[in-house]
Amino acid sequence: MEILELLSHGLFLAIQPMNIALIVVGVTLGLFIGAMPGLGSVNGVAILLPITFLVPPASAIIFLAAIYYGAMYGGAISSITLGIPGASTAVATTFDGRPLALKGRASLALVTAAIASFVGGTVSILLFTAFAPPLAHVALSFGPPEIFALMLLAFATFVGLGGDDIPKTVLSICLGLVFASVGFDQISGAPRLVFFGISGFLHGINFLVLAIGVYGIGEMLWTLDTTRGKITSTEARMTFAGIVADTRECFAKAWKGMSIGSFLGFFVGILPAAGATPGSLMSYGVAKMTGRDPDSYGRGNPDGVAAPEAANNSASTGAMLPMLTLGIPGSPTTAILLGGMVIWGLTPGPRLFTDQPEFVWGLIGSFYVSNFFALVINLSFIPLFIWMLRMPFTILAPMIFVLSVVGGYAATNDMHDVWLMLIFGISAFFLRKFDYPLAPAVLAIVLGPIAEPTLRQSLLLSSGDPSIFFTRPIAGTITVIAIILILLPLVGVIRRKLRGTNKASA
Amino acid sequence: MAKHFNILAGMAGAVALGVMAVTPAAAWEPTKPVDFVIMAGAGGGADQIARFLQSVAEKKDLTSRPLVPNNKGGGSGAEALIALNTTNDPDHTILVTLNSFFTTPLRQPDLGVDITTFTPVAMMGVDPFVLWVHKDSGITTFEQWLETVKAANGEYVMGGTGTGQEDSLVITFLKDAYGLDIKYIPYDGGGAVAKDLAGQQIMATVNNPAEAKGFYEAGDVVPLVAFSDERLPAFPDVPTIKEKGQDFSYYNQRAVVGAPGQSAEAAEYYQNLFKTIYDSEEWQGYMTSESLSPLWMSPDEQKEYWALQVERHKELLANMEE
Repeated sequence: MEILELLSHGLFLAIQPMNIALIVVGVTLGLFIGAMPGLGSVNGVAILLPITFLVPPASAIIFLAAIYYGAMYGGAISSITLGIPGASTAVATTFDGRPLALKGRASLALVTAAIASFVGGTVSILLFTAFAPPLAHVALSFGPPEIFALMLLAFATFVGLGGDDIPKTVLSICLGLVFASVGFDQISGAPRLVFFGISGFLHGINFLVLAIGVYGIGEMLWTLDTTRGKITSTEARMTFAGIVADTRECFAKAWKGMSIGSFLGFFVGILPAAGATPGSLMSYGVAKMTGRDPDSYGRGNPDGVAAPEAANNSASTGAMLPMLTLGIPGSPTTAILLGGMVIWGLTPGPRLFTDQPEFVWGLIGSFYVSNFFALVINLSFIPLFIWMLRMPFTILAPMIFVLSVVGGYAATNDMHDVWLMLIFGISAFFLRKFDYPLAPAVLAIVLGPIAEPTLRQSLLLSSGDPSIFFTRPIAGTITVIAIILILLPLVGVIRRKLRGTNKASA
Repeated sequence: MAKHFNILAGMAGAVALGVMAVTPAAAWEPTKPVDFVIMAGAGGGADQIARFLQSVAEKKDLTSRPLVPNNKGGGSGAEALIALNTTNDPDHTILVTLNSFFTTPLRQPDLGVDITTFTPVAMMGVDPFVLWVHKDSGITTFEQWLETVKAANGEYVMGGTGTGQEDSLVITFLKDAYGLDIKYIPYDGGGAVAKDLAGQQIMATVNNPAEAKGFYEAGDVVPLVAFSDERLPAFPDVPTIKEKGQDFSYYNQRAVVGAPGQSAEAAEYYQNLFKTIYDSEEWQGYMTSESLSPLWMSPDEQKEYWALQVERHKELLANMEE
């Protein structure tokens, strides 16, 4: 009951007039920062951090949390309408959001994204309120072997999907892993795979550069090629009745993705190594794997929009947990928030909940309020985005090109990355012609930098003995599940063969 | 979308204008945002300090153009050193350093980085190192720890920020001085190291007080010995390694340097700026609460200090390779 009392204090703090105003401004700013390709919550929070010195710490973090939330909602908008991931956390949203928009169902995709974000946010906040301190211990029990096992599981969900061509999926993952290992080796500090000695490769290949190249430029070329110069525009209309109908359809078709994303996203979010991007990609993989019709994912299934969107919001709340309870950021954005807390004179760590209850519960209260406002503000902007989509593609294509170039540059402020992005885009177009799935490569470049060091740390711990992934209880369980998932398609193939021979003999 | 983004940019512009109006005219001032490169990834000790410095400058309106933090931690800071070495605008590029400023060029001569060409700006203080264990290990003294490590017979696991990094040099010293056999696991930052000690994934660490502070206050981790010259005011009961009869101390520098080829006017501007920050109540308070030791130096003294540290690290690294 004590928690409820503290929470109601927190909610009361969050609905102070100034804090409400900060939430509304923060969510709206976040929405547009998230929607701009290349800019995500990290940039938004970093740009606006200095402004927060004008207000008390609790109001300051409420403002930053509102931007964080808004950006999670906003990232979906350009992913769906233009096919360019608005932020790294929204890459998985393009997989099904863009095909839905091309089918003229952009409003369904946008409504699904907004509602899934709200559901993911709400579930994670409830989990956070009820279980924050004990969950911090769960995060601590994840050492290198456990994190690596989890990464293995993430890859397994993508390989074991069935439907897609498995050798091509594996090839795509390997390609992504090679790109992920470009730059300085974290363990030895030596530079690796610096192609042609170009110094731009020293800072590695930024994941957004690959994602914007593949989904922004590649997608634009693909659309231009498939429409062959016909002047096309997407049939998209928006009415109030339409929103209601879309909401109903969203709950009917996407409840499963929403629940997977809400819980899995939160869990991945609380692990300090991960964050919202891996969380959303893993949730997409699991939703597709457990879906009744896995083949429909990637072709415009609302469930494929709901899973990553619920997950990225849920993970962003989850990532606050290790930051507040352990003083360790769960994502790049929380790293900046952590810096902010130090400046405001707070020591994040195991004692924060007892020493600064007003701050902590004010923040949690603001999660509830921001989440509500984010939904309302987002839904009210949907007609604007739909209107944009009705422009003919001859106007949209140059816009996509410009936004992609700006996004590629904004990620690292390096022209090298813009050229790289264009090369990725053109390559992606041709790979797609040969039916290579590219989502696994994107997954690999996100998870590779987490998987590789944890694999090597684990093997150092065990003096090179791989049984460490089986003998530790948590790591062992996850590894076994991952291996079963990888072998699953093989079982399917064998069963089909057996059935085939049975029929032949009968 | 683009339109709203303009509004945002406009707001940032308005803030910048407001700042300009209150800054008194000086000989040289930055004419565009300053690239404030950080030699470490986001979230670690060096990063926290850099963001603290930036926020003091911001809060007190000390700069006409903002300092924009830019994390370049790759390759033990090699990425940051290369960025400074190759910048085409040395007057608007400064770097927050740690001791990898000395070790990385020594370990990777191929980088072509000569730190004597860099411009000294400010020595903001030095960060001591402390040996930590988890409270559940039951170890409370350094002697007990030595026995435990010897009894583990090579199976004692410590974590740190990487071979050749500051903490690994201290661990190498311990190994050599006491004949210990320790398994060393590299991580990507001091924060991750502290977390895995609290979660008992590793058995001990050598870490800065700032990074272990939260867990220490919660009673999860126990300090055994400090590698400082004097006992640390925040840990009066923790003996120094000197008291244990070893002539050894080791600190991490928290210094700001300018890019090679920075003009004398720009260097003077940054030297004055960081002197003001150094003297501020905020920074002095931060040094006390995070156990940093003050070590202010003039630019010439900084150059001498660099030469001294390069020689010292050559020795420490040579010991490591033996």
